[in-house]
Amino acid sequence: MDAILLQILNGLDKGGAYALIALGLTITFGTLGVVNFAHGALFMLGAFCAVSVKALLSLEQVTEDATQLTAWGTPLEVRVPYVESWFGDFGTVLLDYSVPVSILVAIPVMLLIGVVMERGLIRFFYKRPHADQILVTFGLAIVLQEIVKGAFGANPIPQPAPDVAKGMIDFGVAVGMDAGNVVYPMWRLVYFLFSVAVIAGVFAFLQFTTFGMVVRAGMADRETVGLLGIDVDRRFTIVFGIAAMVAGLAGLMYTPILSPDYHMGMDFLVLSFVVVVVGGMGSLPGAVAAGFLLGILQSFASMNEVKSILPGIDQIIIYLIAVIILLVRPRGLMGRKGVMEH
Amino acid sequence: MRTLTLSRNDLILLAGYTLVVLGGPIIMAPLGAGYPDLLQKFVIFGIFAVGFNILFGLTGYLSFGHAAFLGIGSYTAVWSFKLLTMNPLPAIVLATLLGGLFAAVIGYICLRRTGIYFSILTLAFAQMSYNLAYSVLTPITNGETGLQLVQSDPRILDAAAGRDYGAVLPSSDLFGIPMNGYPGFYFCGVVSIVCFYLAIRIFRSPFGLMLRAIKSNQNRLNYTGLNTQPYALAAFVVSGMYAGLAGGLLAVVDPLAGAERMQWTASGEVVLMTILGGAGTLLGPVIGAGVIKYFENIFSAFNEGILMAAFDFLPEPIQHLMVNVTSLFVGEGWHLTLGALFMVIVIFLPGGLMEGFNRLSALVAGIVRGRRDGASARGA
Repeated sequence: MDAILLQILNGLDKGGAYALIALGLTITFGTLGVVNFAHGALFMLGAFCAVSVKALLSLEQVTEDATQLTAWGTPLEVRVPYVESWFGDFGTVLLDYSVPVSILVAIPVMLLIGVVMERGLIRFFYKRPHADQILVTFGLAIVLQEIVKGAFGANPIPQPAPDVAKGMIDFGVAVGMDAGNVVYPMWRLVYFLFSVAVIAGVFAFLQFTTFGMVVRAGMADRETVGLLGIDVDRRFTIVFGIAAMVAGLAGLMYTPILSPDYHMGMDFLVLSFVVVVVGGMGSLPGAVAAGFLLGILQSFASMNEVKSILPGIDQIIIYLIAVIILLVRPRGLMGRKGVMEH
Repeated sequence: MRTLTLSRNDLILLAGYTLVVLGGPIIMAPLGAGYPDLLQKFVIFGIFAVGFNILFGLTGYLSFGHAAFLGIGSYTAVWSFKLLTMNPLPAIVLATLLGGLFAAVIGYICLRRTGIYFSILTLAFAQMSYNLAYSVLTPITNGETGLQLVQSDPRILDAAAGRDYGAVLPSSDLFGIPMNGYPGFYFCGVVSIVCFYLAIRIFRSPFGLMLRAIKSNQNRLNYTGLNTQPYALAAFVVSGMYAGLAGGLLAVVDPLAGAERMQWTASGEVVLMTILGGAGTLLGPVIGAGVIKYFENIFSAFNEGILMAAFDFLPEPIQHLMVNVTSLFVGEGWHLTLGALFMVIVIFLPGGLMEGFNRLSALVAGIVRGRRDGASARGA
């Protein structure tokens, strides 16, 4: 029982990341009708927002303290981050919480990147075949990756979680089991709650605001909404920005779990596409459900008990599920007829 | 019965191709590409791209997983060297067959969907093969190290023929001719000429027409009561066989096989070769493969020293600036150039270089005609 609970928990954070990326992909499919292979790169860019903020916050002021000497007899260099010398304790807290703090930076940055991408490139591809859309965004993904590689190097850059969330949490106690059975890293739980919050936010935005209503109407029938005198293109641009932001935040919050490097986006992108296909192209609830489902299944497949029966299953479980789903339910779990069929 | 002859234009095309391949060392020498390693790459990736084009160019199905078949071909060929003989013929035959077999299985599943679904499914399969080759299949693929020949390999057929390689690590040879350097290139070149001939045949056959029909309007074909699935599958298998053969040849000229050959960026590269040259044209993919491999070779060789020398004529601060900017695009940064090239081609020249040539020649013809018309108008 506790083993099962632990695997479900283990799958939740990864599932959350899949769900967030797949959500953005689905929104882009549904509104703009564009297959965005650069979506994984947006995830990666979000992660590097956290890296940049951390790097900026930890810029250090170096002073030489002549009263103290090092072992070599030179004056001791005292390194104090500027934020600490300016803001004191608040600066220390700021540095400690660099990952959550960088959300504030990432939201405008990712929105801007999304809008620029849509206006500057994607909009010229609405009328082009899907193959062209795939190819041009694939090229863009490579370019973005290589730029990040040039700027930050090829090695993963670890990002610490805030001290509060660094430890483990004994989840078993909370649900009335013996202590020590279900121990779970705190930050993963934070990530899961964060992803649920973002997903809820996106759904609420689409469901309960006038803007969201127009967007949903535009997804169903773009032409009619346009004929009603509503500037659909403008709204869809903003929607693309939001999708970019969601992917960016997903990557940003994931940095304490997986140290970001330049190709992290590609690995997630392929899996997220599979998630979208399993969930049903064009279905938002499908994308979210399939994201969590596949995340949890993947964590079950990496249990040693399972691996000893079926070696290597953890590597391929997601693809295998996708194949089975497509053979049994060709439109995915919640796909509708006529959506992105061609 | 249709004969095996080609129309006059196709004969000229084939003859031209043969001439360029066989005269490759001389023709490419002025470009600095007249050495066997690079020429081998030209023809091998030419085969890969020609095969990919039979699927993508004719039927319009965009596969993002063809590198998997390339990798399978390489592994098969190396195993054939290890177990059977160092002769490349069984190696490439087996590589082709196995490539085709895997393509049949994967294609059968992926072709149940069209459009983006198809692309994503092939991508998923390629990624799955890559993951497997790195992890569980290590006994077959030798994981990260890559599959290599060792001295103690059984080589049953060689042993039966009483051939002993002694204490050196054997390299592949065709009845005594070693398959590296120019002989290796000519072996690959002859294979590629055969492949090119077959591609012409496929393009001109009723089967090829059917594939084009799938691209232009699959619905209409379905309405006329035709099941397009077998045709698309056949195209998928043929292109998988081409990919397997190309992978096998890669192993023939350099008996090594690694999983990175199957990565999806490698699949992206063959897509780029095909569209850069011109999808759906006979010659386009070959040209695309040549151009990409040529520039990859040139660009990756650049380093800071060469760049400094190249911008030597500029004042020093500007020189440093130029070197810093360009070094992003060359050497290690070759992929950036590749990605940018990808975007530029798709945005501005979706028909590829072939379309560019056609536009250019139409332009020239237009100017010539305009002059003549102008002259005659003046004369009248």
